[in-house]
Amino acid sequence: MAKWMSVAQVKDKIKESSAEEVTAGYLEVIEKSKINGYITVSDKALEQAKKIDVEGHEGPLAGVPIAIKDNISVVGLPNSCGSKILEGYVPPFNAHVIEKLLDAGAVILGKTNLDEFAMGSSTETSYYGPTANPWDLERVPGGSSGGSAAVVAAGEAPFALGSDTGGSVRCPAAFCGVVGLKPTYGAVSRYGVVAYANSLEQVGPLANNVEDIAILMDVIAGYDRRDSTSIDSKTEYQKALVDDVKGLKIGVPKEFFGEGIHPGVEKAVWNAIHKFESLGATRQEVSMPNINYALASYYIIAMSEASSNLARFDGTRYGFRANGENWHAMVSKTRAEGFGTEVKRRILLGTYALSAGYHDKYYLKALKVRTLVKQDFDKALSTVDLLMAPTMPNPAFRIGEKIEDPLTLYLSDVNTCPINLAGVPSVSVPCGFTDGLPVGLQIMGKPFDEPTVLRAAYTFEKNTDYHTKRPPEVA
Amino acid sequence: MITKEDVEHIGWLARIDINEQETVEYMEKLNSVLEYFGQLDELPTEDVAPTYHVAEIHNVFREDVVEECLSQETVLANTEHKQDGTFRVPKIG
Repeated sequence: MAKWMSVAQVKDKIKESSAEEVTAGYLEVIEKSKINGYITVSDKALEQAKKIDVEGHEGPLAGVPIAIKDNISVVGLPNSCGSKILEGYVPPFNAHVIEKLLDAGAVILGKTNLDEFAMGSSTETSYYGPTANPWDLERVPGGSSGGSAAVVAAGEAPFALGSDTGGSVRCPAAFCGVVGLKPTYGAVSRYGVVAYANSLEQVGPLANNVEDIAILMDVIAGYDRRDSTSIDSKTEYQKALVDDVKGLKIGVPKEFFGEGIHPGVEKAVWNAIHKFESLGATRQEVSMPNINYALASYYIIAMSEASSNLARFDGTRYGFRANGENWHAMVSKTRAEGFGTEVKRRILLGTYALSAGYHDKYYLKALKVRTLVKQDFDKALSTVDLLMAPTMPNPAFRIGEKIEDPLTLYLSDVNTCPINLAGVPSVSVPCGFTDGLPVGLQIMGKPFDEPTVLRAAYTFEKNTDYHTKRPPEVA
Repeated sequence: MITKEDVEHIGWLARIDINEQETVEYMEKLNSVLEYFGQLDELPTEDVAPTYHVAEIHNVFREDVVEECLSQETVLANTEHKQDGTFRVPKIG
């Protein structure tokens, strides 16, 4: 069976053979995997596919397999968030996006690896061990949705769901050479997704091509009354897939090409921007002066929200519990032994930023800087249709290279986190290679203007062949 | 600058046990990150309103309708520590 199939090809294959055979084909590929992309492979996948063969299904994804990041709740499958503290926890309800996928006929292949509680840019902090980048097994796949991106790149799933709080879909998409979309804040319900920083995060799709991203968005996006930040935008994603960028105005913010950018990344991204110009788009430089402060603002807000959201993990109702002579000792030991170093670091920093005497200096200040960052986006996107920049300032780094120094690791999110502060949509598409590793082009748009973002990404894909390249290690 | 005493106090607030050696490690790593956060002081923000979240929606209401919730059995299914239909925890204090 061909490993790297588009959704359309998977559907043709199902017609030729059966959903069961297609799912079995992917399970066989997963069985031989060298990348540790899955934490759990579903033992119900074949049964689910067989049911679709027997009963028939009219949904747009009838029998199409998908991989799910392990912080999104699926009934009957363990939901670990890559953490010891949730060891053994099996959700009793489905996330909104899972309900939508099952209604559409999708088959859940399994749950993919991630940085613990989605905190990281390398998928090295998972309790279940790091995931390897399919392009070079000694390198990270990016994070935190590293498992989801890596399994798509390795042909272990046609597409996958991740979550993006500060770049967690786009970063691994760039490092693994696949497409990843961070939708507009509010476009996809977060009900049933384990919260890390809820004012920033969105569920987002990862796939081998832009069309599959649009197919998936048409299934998962839409209003959900169980998420009070959910918005019914009535956006039609597949209709946006037009091979034409004539007349589109592209803004290039110089702040996204800052000091420390890898020359190979810079070259690939500029080549991509010139490609758009040759296809009829126009380019102008734009300035976003507060972008340089976005990273600090992002981390203060994310850590503050994390310290509050992760307070629920106390060993009382589910997951790991340590012994303690009284309730306080039990909770404090459970959290000390159940959380990994990076998660504890972020909880402690968040607790500090919210504590008496420091709230105004850190948290309130960060929220004000967020306003300035958002204003930068509003202003820039009032003069141009899209913004383009590198997704990551460098290609995938080596496993172990940055993990000891948190600040160095945080700095790699410099180009992705401003988008989450502003809530705008952004897609990363493969746009070239440097040192044999994929480079991602980031295309950002106005809130709920995914159609223009996807139209540009689709046009780029139709006129280049980067998205058809496969990793040598697993080919 | 965060001191060892600060780390111990934050650990207590966050309900995370931190041993002596970890206190020193956290102090160093947290201080380097806080120093980085300090760059925000350069930016004047006296007249800027904070943005708590970007979706400009307020007061999301729905009808107060009674719906079915998870059963007691389902809710207790994820723990071994239960007694008489409740979660069993060590004594408080």
